[in-house]
Parts: sequence; structure tokens; C-alpha cells
Amino acid sequence: MRIDCQHVWEHISAYIDGEVDAKLRAEIDRHLETCELCSAVLDSTRNVVVLVADGRVFELPTGFSDRLHERLEKELELAES
Amino acid sequence: MTASNPEFEAELIRRIQAGERHLFHDLIRPCERAIYFLSLSLLHNETEAEDAAQETAIKVYRNLSNFRGDSQFRTWVLSIARNEGLGRLRKQGTRREESLDAGLDGETGDYTPAILTSWREIPSEALERKELGVLLRQAIERLPEIYRNVVLLRDIEEMDVRETATALGVTEGAVKVRLHRARAALQRDLAPRLKGFAPRRGGLFGWAK
Repeated sequence: MRIDCQHVWEHISAYIDGEVDAKLRAEIDRHLETCELCSAVLDSTRNVVVLVADGRVFELPTGFSDRLHERLEKELELAES
Repeated sequence: MTASNPEFEAELIRRIQAGERHLFHDLIRPCERAIYFLSLSLLHNETEAEDAAQETAIKVYRNLSNFRGDSQFRTWVLSIARNEGLGRLRKQGTRREESLDAGLDGETGDYTPAILTSWREIPSEALERKELGVLLRQAIERLPEIYRNVVLLRDIEEMDVRETATALGVTEGAVKVRLHRARAALQRDLAPRLKGFAPRRGGLFGWAK
């Protein structure tokens, strides 16, 4: 049976993560071969996921780590005494 | 994100408890990014998130003997960070935490993505342009809290489903559903705006396919 676009969209996240079973994967792949819309949805979703995950998007505030370890050092010294 | 290494962590914990307290810096370092961004995701305020992150690290140190090793160290640390964040929200009287776990998973989701006829991939080099980073951060900010936390841990900190579920105190099924909805929402929100960042065909850097 041929699956429809809605069905593909519902599984797109699991598909990207490789978490759909072999049968469903094959059905989605077959659908993607002929459906430009779903291919574009898949490509754009995957691209968005990759971009969001890039370390440059979320950077720690300047000096965050230094301040954290300074405060920890005080705590460690306290425990020492 | 540095992958966690249970044996290395166990060894560090053993030595810290045996008196080499300074090693705690090395133990917590691989977790500090995730602690901060989880706190920020809950508190929406950089100063408050930083303070919460510091407080979390101190609590982790003080409670180190309670870590039993039945989950990953980072997972345990993040559940402490989450409790710290929720405790602060409660104190502020915002009671936002009620909405964090309520309902949403059971609702029928809107899966309709932004419909495009074609997509030209946006290379990560495009992040050199500050506006792209701003767009991405704003889109994540607009996500409902429970979706944002999952994106943060699964896609940004690259934690697995199980670890994410444990850190957030929800089921693995809920993590999968939320992640799916979050990504669909991001695609819907971002795809139309991101088109301008796609390289021109035959561009200088060989990005075009």
C-alpha cells in the first residue's frame, strides 16, 4: 500500500534518527522517490536539526566557566577546612 | 559535547571522595554546558541561569556520595539542575512548572510542516553570519517549554532518548513525541526564513549541488 504525505510527516523525526523499522523505512523511501514536497520537507527538517545543533548557535556567556570554577573552588576550600 | 565516560567518572568520583577534592573541577567540566542551557531554558534569564548552574554544581559536589551509578553521571547532574530550576520558578511564584508536564503529550499534534517544493541545503558555514544564529535561537525560544527542553538535550547536547527521559523525569515515549513536534515546529517556523541563507547555485565555495 502506498503511504500518503501526512503519514510520512508523522514519522519524519523517527526517520531522521533511524528509528523506524525496515518496512516503514522502505515505504517512506519509496514515497520520497516520487514526492518532491516530502523530499523538501525531509531535507529542510534534517538541515534545521543540524544547524540548531551547531555549537556556535548556543554559546556559553563569556567567562561562565571561569566564574563557575572560582565559585566551586571556594566551596572545595570550605570543605577542606 | 564530550561523550561521558562512566569508568573515568567512577574513578574521578572515587578519588574525590578519597580526598582529592580538586578533581571535582574535571568531573563537572563536561557537564557545564548542558547544565547552563537547561537552566536557561527553564529560567529565561542569563544571570539567573548562571547562578542556578553554579548552585547545581555545588549541590552535585555536596551530594556526590548519593550518586549510585545506576544512571549516567550527566543524567544525574541534569536532574539536579532541573530541580534547581523548578525550585527557583516555584519561589518566584510563577508556577510555570505546572504547564511543563501538563497535557500536551496527549493532544493531537499538528504535523503539517512548511510545504516547500525544493530545498537547497544551508551549509553550517552560513553560521558565520550572525543573523542565522539569532534566527535559530529565537525559533527555539518560541517553542513551548516542554519541547524546548527536549530539543536542547537531544539535538543540542546530543543525549540519547533514555538519558533525556531520565533527566527530565518523563517517559521515553514522551521524549520521542515532543522531539518530533519540536522539530516539526522548527521546520515550519524556520524553513521559510532560512531560504535566504542558501548558497547561490554555482557559488564561490562549491556549496551548490
